[in-house]
Amino acid sequence: MPGSQNSYRNGPDAKGLFGHFGGQYVAETLMPLIHDLAAEYEKAKADPEFIKELAYFQRDYVGRPSPLYFAERLTEHCGGAKIYLKREELNHTGAHKINNCIGQILLARRMGKKRIIAETGAGMHGVATATVAARFGMECVIFMGTTDIDRQQANVFRMKLLGATVIPVVAGTGTLKDAMNEALRDWVTNVHNTFYMIGTVAGPHPYPAMVRDFQAVIGKETREQILEKEGRLPDSLVACIGGGSNAIGLFHPFLDDAGVQIVGVEAAGYGIATGKHAASLNGGEPGVLHGNRTFLLQDDDGQIIDAHSISAGLDYPGIGPEHAWLHDVGRVEYTSVTDDEALAAFHQCCRLEGIIPALESAHALAEVFKRAPTLPKDHLMVVNLSGRGDKDMQTVMHHLGDALAPQENKA
Amino acid sequence: MSRLQTRFAELKQHNRAALVTFITGGDPDYATSLAILKGLPAAGADVIELGMPFTDPMADGPAIQLANIRALAGKQNLAKTLQMVREFREGDSDTPLVLMGYFNPIHHYGVARFIEDAKAAGVDGLIVVDLPPEHNEDLCTPAQAVGLDFIRLTTPTTDDARLPTVLNGSSGFVYYVSVAGVTGAGSATLEHVEEAVARLRRHTELPVCIGFGIRTPEHAATIARLAEGVVVGSALIDQIADARSPEQAVEGVLGLCQRLAEGVRNARG
Repeated sequence: MPGSQNSYRNGPDAKGLFGHFGGQYVAETLMPLIHDLAAEYEKAKADPEFIKELAYFQRDYVGRPSPLYFAERLTEHCGGAKIYLKREELNHTGAHKINNCIGQILLARRMGKKRIIAETGAGMHGVATATVAARFGMECVIFMGTTDIDRQQANVFRMKLLGATVIPVVAGTGTLKDAMNEALRDWVTNVHNTFYMIGTVAGPHPYPAMVRDFQAVIGKETREQILEKEGRLPDSLVACIGGGSNAIGLFHPFLDDAGVQIVGVEAAGYGIATGKHAASLNGGEPGVLHGNRTFLLQDDDGQIIDAHSISAGLDYPGIGPEHAWLHDVGRVEYTSVTDDEALAAFHQCCRLEGIIPALESAHALAEVFKRAPTLPKDHLMVVNLSGRGDKDMQTVMHHLGDALAPQENKA
Repeated sequence: MSRLQTRFAELKQHNRAALVTFITGGDPDYATSLAILKGLPAAGADVIELGMPFTDPMADGPAIQLANIRALAGKQNLAKTLQMVREFREGDSDTPLVLMGYFNPIHHYGVARFIEDAKAAGVDGLIVVDLPPEHNEDLCTPAQAVGLDFIRLTTPTTDDARLPTVLNGSSGFVYYVSVAGVTGAGSATLEHVEEAVARLRRHTELPVCIGFGIRTPEHAATIARLAEGVVVGSALIDQIADARSPEQAVEGVLGLCQRLAEGVRNARG
């Protein structure tokens, strides 16, 4: 394990590697900037002023700490493990994404950058980016695939309301990977004044480590909250994974607690056997894309295959390099759930808890529905409810509109 | 001496710059692309860069993105690109040929196997956009060990502090990307290019080739007065995109290549 013989938490090494994964695989134009960013981030991390300011915005602007909520009805329904939800959906802008954006915009300001760019899939990172850019008075350009624009129109409108320019990306399948390519192209072109706010724990070093650190507030709070409520650490953690930022944020503070079982849930789309999925670890191979070596969906020629998931936020053919490494060394178990399983869990959560989860988070919930019933009642399970589902109304209506129609008529 | 060294030495004797042409292997289809490749030396190309198609060409502008899409739609893959080189070498043993692309297809093919097959096919050098010197051990070091040149991109953001890192381990020539941007984007000012070349010369004795945004014989001639090589890619590829037939694509590319070559050849006259 990187950096130490007895910790899973010391990565990456000086070259940005988690074992064989990670690194800095980008065009030369960006290398000097990436080195600057890494150096600036190291300084900021150690600067009490930066830490203080970050804590201030996390509390008064984002609304942290987010509650750790005992999901009583969900627990009763499953009839096994005691289930807690980490309520990241209650953050400002409705997802965990803003934890990272607040950190990065403070860094951008330190570096004197005036223009923020970002890629977005479901639009949650785009909204969070547009939000902090508005708050700090910076120009904001969001790259979003045309397929995602179609299925996330409300978020597109939100970004525009917040003053961002949304650039539609038609290349490829018009999803997150294509948006990231286009953001990288913009960055190469405008490198002198632009800060690229990557939304997940992927990309070249220092992004995977930096985004993880900003998201680790999730796990740190969870640790304190569960100790306060239960007097002990949880037995298991469950989170969904696209790039993997909400998951690593929850997992990282617990990686060295051997008694905590950790489960990451990938999107299996129509099923891994169909080839139409977004499960890079369960259905991909190691490769190099978007600045890092990690597991990727690719064909026999090393060409990247388009991912598929009902959830736009998981619709990415790669995964953060730290997850690739945690998979490799076996510390975290990575499973997958299909579109249908996620949709079923989405409904259960709405009806049982009065919480409409994001389709991304519904993947984690689907895994809970599989596991919790088989576990003893004293098993403490924490699930990251990474985002709220308001943005997914259009998608869910499309899939289930007919089923709900009679009830709507009655009402 | 390698083919690249020999070629640049000859051109120095003749006091002229090299015309370096880029096309994407398999664009718009294998046969047409091979016909273009075979015709380039006679049309005045001194060094050839052959693109290895990739689904996610992050550093390329629209013209080369579309070339990649056309090539992949025609089922081009790395094995076929190497086959193109073998067929090219049957009729040309002098023109240096450099493969250019992104790392993932090579990584997937297997680095050791790729180096062996590229060398055997008659490849002279490699340009891999997303392999900075920080990752020399991934490909650069083993490739150079068998005599494949590893050509690095230097850019306006590569400052004096970083240049030695980038140039250390570079061989063949140095490719100066004259604008911070993607391929095919706007061009740099003459003053910028002059300064950049002067700066590079303080750090290296390798030939310097300038690329990005060079589209016309006049522009090529201007650059040819300043550097050892002029790289043209997107403008040639636009000829393929605009062609209504494979024959037109071949004629279009080779016709523009001839005009560019005239510009380069008469530049210092």
